[in-house]
Amino acid sequence: MPATDLRPAPATPALYDVEAVRRDFPILSQRIAGKPLVYLDSAATSQKPQAVIDAVSRFYAAGNANVHRGVYRLSEAATAAYEGARSRVAAFLNAPSAREVVFTRGTTESINLVAQSFLRPRLRPGDEILLTEMEHHSNIVPWQLVAAQTGALLRVAPISDDGELDVGALGALLGERTRLVSIAHISNALGTINPIERITALAHARGIPVLVDGAQSAPHLAADIRAFGCDFFACSSHKMFGPTGVGVLYGRAELLEQMPPWQGGGDMIASVTFEQSTWAAIPSKFEAGTPDIAGVIGLGAAVDYLSALDRGAVAAHEAGILDYAATRLAEVPGVRLIGTAARKASVQSFVMQGAHPHDIATILDADGVCIRAGHHCTQPLMARMGVPATARASFALYSTTADVDALIAGLDRVRRVMGL
Amino acid sequence: MSDLSDLYQSVILDHNRSPRNCRAMTDAHREAEGFNPLCGDRLRVWVRFGAGDLIEDVSFEGIGCAISQASASLMTTAVKGKTRAQALELFDRFHDLVAGEPPVPPGRSLGKLQVFEGVREYPSRVKCASLAWHALRSALADEPAR
Repeated sequence: MPATDLRPAPATPALYDVEAVRRDFPILSQRIAGKPLVYLDSAATSQKPQAVIDAVSRFYAAGNANVHRGVYRLSEAATAAYEGARSRVAAFLNAPSAREVVFTRGTTESINLVAQSFLRPRLRPGDEILLTEMEHHSNIVPWQLVAAQTGALLRVAPISDDGELDVGALGALLGERTRLVSIAHISNALGTINPIERITALAHARGIPVLVDGAQSAPHLAADIRAFGCDFFACSSHKMFGPTGVGVLYGRAELLEQMPPWQGGGDMIASVTFEQSTWAAIPSKFEAGTPDIAGVIGLGAAVDYLSALDRGAVAAHEAGILDYAATRLAEVPGVRLIGTAARKASVQSFVMQGAHPHDIATILDADGVCIRAGHHCTQPLMARMGVPATARASFALYSTTADVDALIAGLDRVRRVMGL
Repeated sequence: MSDLSDLYQSVILDHNRSPRNCRAMTDAHREAEGFNPLCGDRLRVWVRFGAGDLIEDVSFEGIGCAISQASASLMTTAVKGKTRAQALELFDRFHDLVAGEPPVPPGRSLGKLQVFEGVREYPSRVKCASLAWHALRSALADEPAR
C-alpha cells in the first residue's frame, strides 16, 4: 500500500434509521386507547407504507381499467402497470423469468394450486408427500386433500425441542415414493429459519421437487430463488408490506408448462369453442378471471419499497430486536420461550406460568400492545411442543426496542392483573 | 373499552386459580366436549342426573384461559341442583349477558354469573366465556339416557 493512500476509506454502513422507516408507515403514529400503537403482530400481517397505500389509491383514482383486454390507453397503462409489477416481483425473488411468477390470492392459494395442478396428476396410492412438524395449516391441509383424492400419504420430518428441523431425519424420509417436499422457509410460530439450499439439494439428488413456503421469509430475508434451487416458492403480499388479497407462486417454467390449468375462465385461454379450448401461455394459464389489479400494483410498490432499503441493514436491525426481545422476555418471571433454534428471524413465541396466552393478549391490548395468542394455525406443532397455545411477538423492519420495552412493561401488568 | 378490572374480577381470578368441580366423572349420564377452533381451547363437561331431571352432579376438565376456566367452574356451581329445563334457561340468560343485544335487561341478575358482564366489551373473548356453556347444552341436548 502506498504511503499516502488517497482512496476514500471504505464507507461505514449507514446506521439503520428506524425512525425514518416508521414515518413511512402512517398507522404507526396512531394511538390506541390514548397510548402509542405497539404493533408486534407483523407475522400475521405487516403494516403498509404510504408508498403502497398511494399506489393503490392512485390506481383507483386515475388508472383503473381492466388488464389484457382494452385497446384504449387507460387499459394499456393498467396492463403495463400490472405486468411491470410481475417483472419487479420476479427480480425481487431473483427468479429467472417473470413468466414463472403467477399471481394468486395468497400463499394458501399458491400451495393449493401446486397441490391440485402439479401434484394430483402425479400421485398414485402409496406415494408420499414430505412435510415437517413446524408447518402452518396452509402447508398441511392442501396436501391432506390431495392425499385423500389419490391415496397418497403424508410423511412428517421431526424437529427438536428447540424448534430446529432434523435435516438428517428429513433426508432419511426421502424415499422411492416421495413425490414432493413442501417446507416453510421460516416457521411462523417459532421463527426457525430452515436450511432451504441443503434440503433442496438432498431432495434433488433423488429427483424430488421442492416447494418452499416463503410467507414468513419474503419480508425478512432477501429471497433468492436461483440460490434456493427450489421448484416452487409461495409468498403473500400482505406479509411483505403490500395489500391483502394477493399472493405469488413462483414455479419453474418447465413444470408450469406441464401443469393443467387449475381454474377456468377469462384471460387464461388461447381460444374457446364449445368443443374445445386451448390455454394461454404461462403465467396467464393460471390467472383465470380479472385479477386483483390494484393489489398487484400495490405489491409492486411494496417490492420497490423493500428494494430501496439496504436489506442487510434491515436484517441486522431485525436480528438485534429479536435478540433483545428474547433476552428481555427470558428475564420475566414465569416466562418460557418457545422456539429457540440457532437460526431464527423476527418471531418469538412464549408461554407464561399462570397466564393463558389469550389473557396475556387481552391485558396487553389495554396498553396498545398487539400480539398474537393461540395456536398460530400450527396445531400439530403446538402438540409437538407440548403447549395448547403460545403468545407470539413478531417483528418487522419498523420494530424498535421501545416496542419490546412496552411488551415487557405490559407483562408486568399481566402479572398484577392475574395476581401472579 | 371498559377497564381491565371489569373483565378480570376477583371472583373470576379465584375460580381460575381454584376451579370448582374440576374433575372427570366416571358415573356420568351425559358428557360433551367443547372446542374453540380459534384458540385450540378444549374442555369436557360431565352431568349426572338425580330424580326428576335434577342435575345431581356436574363437572368439567380442560385447558383454557382464565375466562373459560372460571366460566366453566362457575357454571358447575350454578347448575348443580337445577333441573335440566332450568339449566337450559340459564344458558339462554348467560348467553344474553355476554353476547346479547345491549342493554342487559335490568333486574335479571344472574347472581355470581353476573361477573361475566364485562366480557361483552371484548368480542373476541365471548367464545371463551361461553365454551363450557355450549358443552353443557350439548350434554343436555337430548332427554337424559339412563
